[in-house]
Amino acid sequence: MPSPSWSKERAEAIIEAHRRREGAALPILHALQEAFGYVPEDTVPLIAEALNLTRAEVHGIVTFYHDFRHAPPGRHVLKLCRAEACQSMGGDALAEAAQARLQAGWGETTGDGSLTLEPVYCLGLCACAPAAMLDGKPVGRLDAKRLAALVDGARR
Amino acid sequence: MTARVYIPADSGALAVGADEVATALVAAARRRNVVLDLVRTGSRGLYWLEPMVEVETKAGRIAYGPVGADDVEGLLDAGLLQGGGHALRIGRPEEVPFLKRQTRLTFARCGITDPLSIADYRAHGGFVGLERALALAPAAIVEEVVQSGLRGRGGAGFPTGIKWRTVLQTDGAQKYIVCNADEGDSGTFADRMIMEGDPLVLIEGMAIAGIATGASKGYVYIRSEYPHAVAAMAAAVAAARREGYLGPAVAGSAHPFDIEIRVGAGAYVCGEETALLDSLEGKRGMVRAKPPLPAHRGLFGKPTVINNVISFASVPIILSSGAAFYRDFGMGRSRGTMPIQLAGNVKRGGLFEAAFGLTLGELVDDIAGGTASGRPVRAVQVGGPLGAYFPRALFDTPFDYEAFTARDGLIGHGGIVVFDDTVDMARQARFAMEFCAVESCGKCTPCRIGSTRGAEVIDRIRGGEEREANIALVEDLCNTMKLGSLCALGGFTPYPVMSALKHFPEDFGASPRLAAAE
Ligand SMILES: Cc1cc2nc3c(=O)[nH]c(=O)nc-3n(C[C@H](O)[C@H](O)[C@H](O)COP(=O)(O)O)c2cc1C
Ligand code: SF4
Ligand code: FES
Repeated sequence: MPSPSWSKERAEAIIEAHRRREGAALPILHALQEAFGYVPEDTVPLIAEALNLTRAEVHGIVTFYHDFRHAPPGRHVLKLCRAEACQSMGGDALAEAAQARLQAGWGETTGDGSLTLEPVYCLGLCACAPAAMLDGKPVGRLDAKRLAALVDGARR
Repeated sequence: MTARVYIPADSGALAVGADEVATALVAAARRRNVVLDLVRTGSRGLYWLEPMVEVETKAGRIAYGPVGADDVEGLLDAGLLQGGGHALRIGRPEEVPFLKRQTRLTFARCGITDPLSIADYRAHGGFVGLERALALAPAAIVEEVVQSGLRGRGGAGFPTGIKWRTVLQTDGAQKYIVCNADEGDSGTFADRMIMEGDPLVLIEGMAIAGIATGASKGYVYIRSEYPHAVAAMAAAVAAARREGYLGPAVAGSAHPFDIEIRVGAGAYVCGEETALLDSLEGKRGMVRAKPPLPAHRGLFGKPTVINNVISFASVPIILSSGAAFYRDFGMGRSRGTMPIQLAGNVKRGGLFEAAFGLTLGELVDDIAGGTASGRPVRAVQVGGPLGAYFPRALFDTPFDYEAFTARDGLIGHGGIVVFDDTVDMARQARFAMEFCAVESCGKCTPCRIGSTRGAEVIDRIRGGEEREANIALVEDLCNTMKLGSLCALGGFTPYPVMSALKHFPEDFGASPRLAAAE
């Protein structure tokens, strides 16, 4: 997982690397999040200046997209699918079990900072439902037991 | 000895342990002094059998599945590498009824070839369509696509050739080809499978579109939920560029065409074509009013072809085998084949490419084999979160654009999600409203506010508060959303809600007779 502390120099280098691309905003925001784990509020004016936009416009873009975090995540990120195909295989109960086990709601991080739980609406794994993604690794055919083993293994 | 083994690297197969199986197999082979030639393929789309391992034998490929990492030693002892007998032996994959009953045109290579090998792609009929296109005038390429009857596979079903013709006939020094790979509908994964399993067919289709319309630059906008597809597409674009299929002279011709991969950021509405264009331009993904059509003023205001992954990926076979070949499959105005995705609570989930015309009942009961839970099928949602819920009583509906419209539904991107009799349809209706509220771009009040209100009112119905009055209120809200929404997010959310109410009124505590008379 990326280091949660951000630096202005690194942010500027990232912005500089992408600013000349057509429609550069999303590539920049993705690259910032990849580096820092979230999009630090203090990068908004830097992006605005580089892309010749107002701060309000950049803020509007960052907040429009569900992907961009406004605070650093835990060491691991579990995205649990909440969409229909996973619902049909007990996804709702699985989500409740996950929240209870982690003591964290959607978008929240466990008390020990080890894992952030995020909702996702379909991972394209609908024939292996219920499905999730742990740090970018897909997992399917989940049940409460497999999920518990998965998160416990990651948090150890 | 050397043995050739195929294991998918498709993310659906990875999700159930394909990498662990590959690692175990490589280690076990090394211990036995066997040299493995391991090829990572896409998936055949028989997901209930994943992870599926195939070995090359004199009698062709022999498949085993679903294989777990701890099955590997036993399989090797049983003679896996010679196609030996074992409880997990499936036999020839082509003989599995689920695959045998299909007509694989668009997915002909998926699960068979090495997705990133240009040589493999060529050996299996790749780039024949492109070569034929290069021998034709642009208008003749477009005409071939028109004549094939291909309609957009992203959901709206607009004729692909007509869209291309508009772009060809629109003047512009710079034109764009944009591939919509946002695949946000629950229950769908055909785009993902192609991008991971046969990315070169999408690249070939987009290159043909570029040559046909005079566009030199293509973008593939892939949702961020698909990191493996993003990686596969980026690698395939690099491979195609290396071999001269992309770049200043496509396949040695006078046509320049290149492709860039872009990644979405978790907004369902960005699958709507004009919102996608705004997002590509670096803005919020807001739906644009039409006109102007993207074909006239699309990406950065330039003439733009925007099509779904499967639409583009179906073009190479149309060019290589001819429009008539493709058009001969299907029924009515739904021509060719459709990759149908069987998902959710099904015994046999996966990708089923077939000519249009199979009934919903055949698909759900015969091909998918009913539910995974073994309980009765109660409801089936077709076409993603904006698609209607169908009860068993409508299982005679043929898979065809018009037939579904006639029954207040849609086939959308071809996803079928099956629910057993434990489903609470009022809860599903509430989810549809909630999803719309979360994903609305916010431009239209009925979509933005109506969906939030809709979820609240359904909560009240579920709580038993003034049922009749609140059901009437939901129906009213649905009408307002249908009439007052700019795009299908607000406009079609009433489909799942109203179909749930109409076909499953007992779940809303309404008397069945009352709602049915409505
Ligand atoms: C809310 C919404 C979401 C959509 N999502 C997708 C999508 O994920 N993929 C897609 O190809 N089309 C999607 N569409 C349809 C597109 O607007 C458009 O019809 C399609 O990209 C055209 O390509 P086609 O003609 O090849 O289908 C969506 C439409 C709406 C209203
Ligand atoms: S219907 Fe909803 S998503 Fe579509 S344009 Fe209107 S507000 Fe945006
Ligand atoms: S609905 Fe959960 S992966 Fe598609």
